[in-house]
Amino acid sequence: MIQRSRSTGTHIFYPRIAVPGTGEQDLEWVAASGLATVYAITVNRARDGTYNLALVDLDEGPRMMTRIDGVEIVPIGTRVRARIVEADGAPLVVFVPEPAA
Amino acid sequence: MTHPLRGRAAIVGIGSAGCGIAPGRTAMELMAEAALAAIADAGLALHEIDGIFAATSTHAFPTLSVAEYLGLRPQYFDGTNVGGSSFEAHLLSAALALDAGLCDAALICYGSNQRSAGGRLVSMSEPQPHEAPYKPRHPITAYALAASRHMHQFGTTRAMLAEVAVAARAWANLNPAAFAHGPLSLDDVLGSRMVSDPLTVADCCLVTDGGGACVLVRADRARDLPHRPAYLLGAAGAGWHRAVMCMPDLTMSAATESGPRAYAMAGVLPSEVRLAMLYDAFTINTLLFLEDLGFCAKGEGGSFVQGGAIAPGGRLAVNTNGGGLSCVHPGMYGMFLILEAVTQLRGDAGERQVPNLDVALVHGNGGTLSSQCTALLGTASAL
Repeated sequence: MIQRSRSTGTHIFYPRIAVPGTGEQDLEWVAASGLATVYAITVNRARDGTYNLALVDLDEGPRMMTRIDGVEIVPIGTRVRARIVEADGAPLVVFVPEPAA
Repeated sequence: MTHPLRGRAAIVGIGSAGCGIAPGRTAMELMAEAALAAIADAGLALHEIDGIFAATSTHAFPTLSVAEYLGLRPQYFDGTNVGGSSFEAHLLSAALALDAGLCDAALICYGSNQRSAGGRLVSMSEPQPHEAPYKPRHPITAYALAASRHMHQFGTTRAMLAEVAVAARAWANLNPAAFAHGPLSLDDVLGSRMVSDPLTVADCCLVTDGGGACVLVRADRARDLPHRPAYLLGAAGAGWHRAVMCMPDLTMSAATESGPRAYAMAGVLPSEVRLAMLYDAFTINTLLFLEDLGFCAKGEGGSFVQGGAIAPGGRLAVNTNGGGLSCVHPGMYGMFLILEAVTQLRGDAGERQVPNLDVALVHGNGGTLSSQCTALLGTASAL
């Protein structure tokens, strides 16, 4: 789910009480497509393990931080699809590479 | 038309303390020692300080703590904390307060014992709730993401990033006060341990202790004090985001706004700047700020620095103290950019002196490429 302004159709993330920059407060929750494109990615190489962190641009417009599961790294521009997993006892939105069409 | 604040205040005293390793010292002790050194350097007495500007990573109310520790009763104070660029922001507010007559002698100060206290970057930054579940290791995660995007978009290479670290070390080797000395080659950087792709440990700043301070007075008084004044020609800040996920374009910082505003106030063009002190927490920073501050076109920072172009003898003197990469980085490095620019403008930089220097640019960065504050300093001949 993601927030959208009823009057302008603008999607926003993270959840707020108003659209940043313009201030509309007519936000509703709508289903997100779950599709996104990798905007930037890094692999954190820590003593406790190696994992990636990515910024992805949702098809609806907003950008979010996430992790691309199942791979060490993917090229920027890779199409990815959201998946909800459990991490530290809470649901977490991660992404997996979308099979090439 | 000349901006009414241009040249109205000047840095007349600088001081530092414990840069590198200062075991057994608190952040406040280092800050106070630097402050006293700066006040003495200015030829002023402690009680003459009536404006306090301070930010640290360990004090919630730094101006109150400084006033108490030094026994001052400031008429004006400003503890704005926008991370490592806070002190460039303080230059502007100190100049405003001095010009308005709200204070007569402004102290800007900082101190940190992060290396001796824990050996890690100390930060009061609260976790960003929509990033934290993915376990970023900020600040490096944010800067690595920016580097990944810059490489993707403009063909920037790891060797170009490494060139920044090599140039910084070459300058540090000319600065006896720098923490990191010794040879550093492109291959050394490229072969260093990868921390967060594409940044190796050699692409990251030092973790040191250190205190720094400077004193400003109005220009008319500055002329009568012991050292050549470094006049504040222009300054401006800009910031659009807190968390890197909210940075609109990871290849373009808010320096694209702070820079032009500061240049306009100063009446200076990028081509007239012969020393650029750019906050190099990571090698990607230097490329971004060379571009955003008009030293080269967007995307060309990598090719601009190649072939030793920002090293000693290159086309533009950048980070002549050795930078955060090789000189000093106690967590909020912006203070030390100012100290080096003033040292250079006075002609006191020894082997690393930029000859006939009139105008220096100081650019602070804070958070995760979040706050950008640019200042232009000049000698009397730049007025």
